[in-house]
Amino acid sequence: MTYIEPLSGIPCSPGVSIARALVIGDDDIVINPTPIEDGAVEEEIARFHAARDAALSQVRAISDHLALSGKVEQQAIFEGHLVLLEDEELEHDVLALIRQSHYRSEQAIHEAIESYAKMVSDLDDPYLRERATDCRDIGARLIRNVLGVQTFDLGSIAEDTILVARDFTPSQTAQISLEHVKGLISELGGRTSHSAIMARSLELPAIVGVKNATLHIRSGDLIALDVEHNQIWVRPDAARLADIRAVQRQYALQREKWQALRDLPALTRDGHRVELCANIGTVRDADSAQANGAEGIGLYRTEFLFMDRPTLPGEEEQYLEYSAIARAMSGKAVIVRTMDIGGDKELPCLDFPKELNPFLGWRAIRIFFDRPDIMLPQLRAILRASAHGPLRIMFPMVAAVEEFRALKAQVCALKDELRADGVPFDEAIPLGVMIETPAAAVLARFLAREVDFFSIGTNDLTQYTLAVDRGNEQIARMYQPLSPAVLGLIQQVIDASHAAGKWTGMCGELAGDERATALLVGMGLDEFSMSAIALPRIKAIVRSLDYEAARQLAVQVRECATLEEVEDRLQAFARQNSGASEAYE
Amino acid sequence: MFESSVMIAAENGFHTRPASIFVKAAKAYQSEISVISGEKSANGKSLFKLQTLGLSKGTTITIRADGPDAEQAVSALSELVETIED
Repeated sequence: MTYIEPLSGIPCSPGVSIARALVIGDDDIVINPTPIEDGAVEEEIARFHAARDAALSQVRAISDHLALSGKVEQQAIFEGHLVLLEDEELEHDVLALIRQSHYRSEQAIHEAIESYAKMVSDLDDPYLRERATDCRDIGARLIRNVLGVQTFDLGSIAEDTILVARDFTPSQTAQISLEHVKGLISELGGRTSHSAIMARSLELPAIVGVKNATLHIRSGDLIALDVEHNQIWVRPDAARLADIRAVQRQYALQREKWQALRDLPALTRDGHRVELCANIGTVRDADSAQANGAEGIGLYRTEFLFMDRPTLPGEEEQYLEYSAIARAMSGKAVIVRTMDIGGDKELPCLDFPKELNPFLGWRAIRIFFDRPDIMLPQLRAILRASAHGPLRIMFPMVAAVEEFRALKAQVCALKDELRADGVPFDEAIPLGVMIETPAAAVLARFLAREVDFFSIGTNDLTQYTLAVDRGNEQIARMYQPLSPAVLGLIQQVIDASHAAGKWTGMCGELAGDERATALLVGMGLDEFSMSAIALPRIKAIVRSLDYEAARQLAVQVRECATLEEVEDRLQAFARQNSGASEAYE
Repeated sequence: MFESSVMIAAENGFHTRPASIFVKAAKAYQSEISVISGEKSANGKSLFKLQTLGLSKGTTITIRADGPDAEQAVSALSELVETIED
């Protein structure tokens, strides 16, 4: 049937592909639960050993093949599989189940493997947790060999194909020939799953976590896989197909242009440099930040760790998560914002009072001061994780200098504690304030003496400055980050930081708004942080600019009394600049 | 019986690759080898069991060996854990 609505999931490897589907089922394994006869135990054990030998020689062949084609990384996975196949504990457990419970080999293998896989998938470390796939991959291979079922050979695919499966095993992804496989869709898996990592390293468009993909898609269906829009069209009609082909061409063109910019600095034509960073919510976003050329993380929102759970995350769990991010960014700085709960984000694990004005209420560091059981584990976890890569701490919702002083004192006390315990951390970890209250902006010249950096959160700064609830539709049009009132505060903050020899970044939506890029560069903003996907476009704009012209623009905008005047100025500048940058190209 | 405590140095923790190097090395000794992390303990010659411990980078583990070549096993394996970077 034709679906009017596209399927979607977790986009994990970008691109656009159109090809026929090949659905790889895992229903060819049937486990017979009937126990064996008493006399058949030795025979059953021999069956297991024969299957294991066969599996070993298959995996050796795959490994040799990969070694020959120079795929060292994938080969290492299979070297690990060989060790797993020969595992003495696995053999011991399987034989015990055959001897004592009279299980058939397939059931014994299934049982033993599942008990390991469950323990592994319960681990705290997200990377190690995904290794449960390796366990199950080995189990499936052993069972197929016991049952004499052929393991599907992906190397034999001869026409353009998008592969669809519940989950891809490492042995499947390793055999994928890029000549014909054009994309991956799976029901299970997150951004750090094997399929996702492999898809990205092969640069294959992929969406994982697509619910019921193997039910909605049949082998032979034409599929339009549009990862850019997180859409999977099954049997698209001609009009849709034409649309997706246009997206595909557009994407290829963009990619070429952007790819060329990825490793270039965000430098204006006359040599003024700004830093372009990404906003992330979990470690899973770090890859896309890297892939889009982020020079660091300008905002890591830690509150995702606190959401959708009945209890608060402990220090250890937070430490693992923050270290994973520090490592994933391989030496690039990460600004960790302490949890910003309250306002519109409530938590099941915190008993929230009913408030008339939650945005003016118990929120972020205000909760910190009342709840040391939340503040101290988070700060300790960040400090400990700073041993794994350059982290910076940023406090949200600061409205008074004494608040920052109190937080800084807490950090100092925790550092003393860690030092005394011999726990490693970054002694020089920078501390900053997120400027989102008008109070903090007005006090910027005092704060600037005490902080290491500022980052402007334009979403809340706009809402608080203009007294406009950004969630209220009736007054939505009054929510204007480009209002001269907001811009005035932004300029004040940037100037105050520079006067004290510090820097200012921006991590609100405005940082990724292409209308504002020239103006913000001209105002002297040092760092822009936005969703990773917006980075290439903003970098292209920065590189087309002339810093002197941008500064003049900022001077003119400073004299604008109304929003309309600001917008007119920006539009006029954009027209002029696009002419100038084309001439420059 | 010999034992020694070491910290996992591998960047992404003891995932399949570094753990399988450890297991291969452990199998070269006759002694029984266990790896202890917190309250959990696992057979050091079993990759399956080692993976259930969840050994992230920075975790301190105790390597314990019991048998004729226990001393060599502990010192060689400890050194290995400290040097495997990924």
